[in-house]
Amino acid sequence: MDFDALISGLDRHTLDGITRGSIYALVALGYTMVYGVMKLINFAHSEVFMVGTWAVLGTYTAIGATAGMGVGMVIAATLLALLAAMLASAGTALAVERIAYRPLRKKGAPPLIFLITGIGCSIVLVETFGQVLRVIFGPPFGRVTVNIPSVLETTTLFEIGGLNITNTRLLIIVGAIAMMFALDTFVNKSRLGRGVRAVAQDPDTASLMGVNQERVIMLVFVLGGAMAGVAALLYSIQYDITKFDIGFFIGLKAFTAAVLGGIGNLRGALVGGLFLGIAEVYASIIWSSEWTNVTAFVVLVIILMFRPTGLLGESLGKARA
Amino acid sequence: MSQITSALRIGDRWDHAPKAVRWVALLLLVAFAYYLPYLNILPFAYVRTDLTSSGSDWASVLFLVVVYMIVAVGLNVVIGLAGLLDLGYVGFYALGAYSIALFGSPSSPVTQLIADRFGLSEGWAVPFAFCIPIAILMALVAGVILGAPTLRLRGDYLAIVTLGFGEIIRITARNVDGVTGGAAGITNVPTPPGPEIDGRAFFNTIDAERWYWLALTILILIIFLARRLENSRVGRAWLAIREDEDAAAVMGVAGFKFKLWAFAIGASLGGLAGLLFGSKQQYVEPNAFMVQLSFLFVAMVVIGGSGNIVGALLGAFLLTYLPERFREFVDWRPFAFGVAMVAVMVLRPQGLVPSRRRAREFEDRKQEAEEAAADV
Repeated sequence: MDFDALISGLDRHTLDGITRGSIYALVALGYTMVYGVMKLINFAHSEVFMVGTWAVLGTYTAIGATAGMGVGMVIAATLLALLAAMLASAGTALAVERIAYRPLRKKGAPPLIFLITGIGCSIVLVETFGQVLRVIFGPPFGRVTVNIPSVLETTTLFEIGGLNITNTRLLIIVGAIAMMFALDTFVNKSRLGRGVRAVAQDPDTASLMGVNQERVIMLVFVLGGAMAGVAALLYSIQYDITKFDIGFFIGLKAFTAAVLGGIGNLRGALVGGLFLGIAEVYASIIWSSEWTNVTAFVVLVIILMFRPTGLLGESLGKARA
Repeated sequence: MSQITSALRIGDRWDHAPKAVRWVALLLLVAFAYYLPYLNILPFAYVRTDLTSSGSDWASVLFLVVVYMIVAVGLNVVIGLAGLLDLGYVGFYALGAYSIALFGSPSSPVTQLIADRFGLSEGWAVPFAFCIPIAILMALVAGVILGAPTLRLRGDYLAIVTLGFGEIIRITARNVDGVTGGAAGITNVPTPPGPEIDGRAFFNTIDAERWYWLALTILILIIFLARRLENSRVGRAWLAIREDEDAAAVMGVAGFKFKLWAFAIGASLGGLAGLLFGSKQQYVEPNAFMVQLSFLFVAMVVIGGSGNIVGALLGAFLLTYLPERFREFVDWRPFAFGVAMVAVMVLRPQGLVPSRRRAREFEDRKQEAEEAAADV
């Protein structure tokens, strides 16, 4: 119990928490959108994120990007990596939907079976990077932590009250929030977004009104996957590593964030993500970093006990949120 | 679908056979199960795992198969009968193993603390027989604590909370050095008492077949109890909840109460299996309880055929025996599980050997889905 350390560095730790939370929030969007439309926890979503981090590594390796390049090159490499990660993650999410969920929907299988195929896909994806690709291509694949070149080097941009704002932190926080606003606007304002909300509200009526339910489901997986891809790039920039099983805890925490904010609620994902990120950093300072991964779980259980609908309430269709 | 009907036919023939025939067949099967460690008849002997150069100790493999069968029977109550997805079953398994280690081992911090506190002699520990209720109780209490807040909610929340729980137990065991011995684990875990033979304790590290017989006896007892439970009022309530919770509630079946029962009973069986495992190993450490083990347990039940004890037993046998038999592919194990889980669930969501009731349930749902698709 070390409250002094927390108080003395409160601003720094809060900033840490917001950085972490932004990434959770982006991943949480995937859970929340799929849940809103299909009432299903997509267990393989954590691996959708993991595939994204490998796509970032792959892009950097392919174009030979390393630390200490010129500004133009850094921007180009980062944008390319972003594109690759979004495509890879969205593609993975779509493949999971195609292989694991669609056949079951056709058979009208009970919800339990969807969860099990989701877990199966998650294991297959983890093992693909931990085992299958290692056997075929050798390193960097395998059961070890792999470094991603820090193409975007961390420098301090400016100071606010003794708090160093670095370029990476700024990019992560601003990037995450911008992506969320873009998604929020898309779901609330566009024609396709209206379809998503309609299916979330009432699938049967929506299909009577001419909304193609299958297309909406695909769209939701693609959007959620793309957001996980963005999260993967931001994660790579901040932590410079990836690993075959990196998705497990990120997924658990992102899901917690989604429930915390109110599952099915896009803005709730942001609130939940930031809240969880800050709570986690505070807890790791007060107790010790060994317990970081326990925090999310404790928060989740407390939320489920006292406010199972989350902070902002759940809904993708109802409150137009 | 022809496969299902053929499976049904075997089940029907079994049900229609005279009682004497069923008893004789069952007794022969049990006798064969007890004889398995000495299997030497040639066509059967090929199933032994120790006959190839990379093979492992046959009797120990059999023991592990039976321990996982106990796990599968326990998890079948939770997943198959009550329809709750528990992804943290390894947590209960770990609790069982840690209970016997913490209370039964003279070198565990807990027994040392108790011995110091009450001035007991050096090397004192809780006797093995008392460790069994402790282990079952610990797992049961954990099940209730975990189930009470989550079982009232949607089923899918339970999956993720239990998933977290399994990891938390392991992280806690690793981090609380003062209680659990941390990453180093606890040694000197007690074995069941028994007469000495050839100057060795009856349950030792060499004669694995004795462990196998012990576990097998417990398994048979548990199968008997589980079957009785399945056909009881509680069992019927579980089926009703699984098939349609709202309809069950209208009929006066208290969903939450029975779900909590299923969860707690499943948890205590997991604890018992963990106790056996820990006692045979005589050593308990946190890394033996990785989350992947939970996935393996779930895979055993759902691939075998959830809701059916025979299916769960078959699943446990296949997923424990095959990896040991083909040890040269050890690295491919999790990948194979993943593929098998997806493939079996997509192609045959009811599992390899489903219960008849469950098979009909799936058939029914499929028809409904097809009709709904035809309407649109």
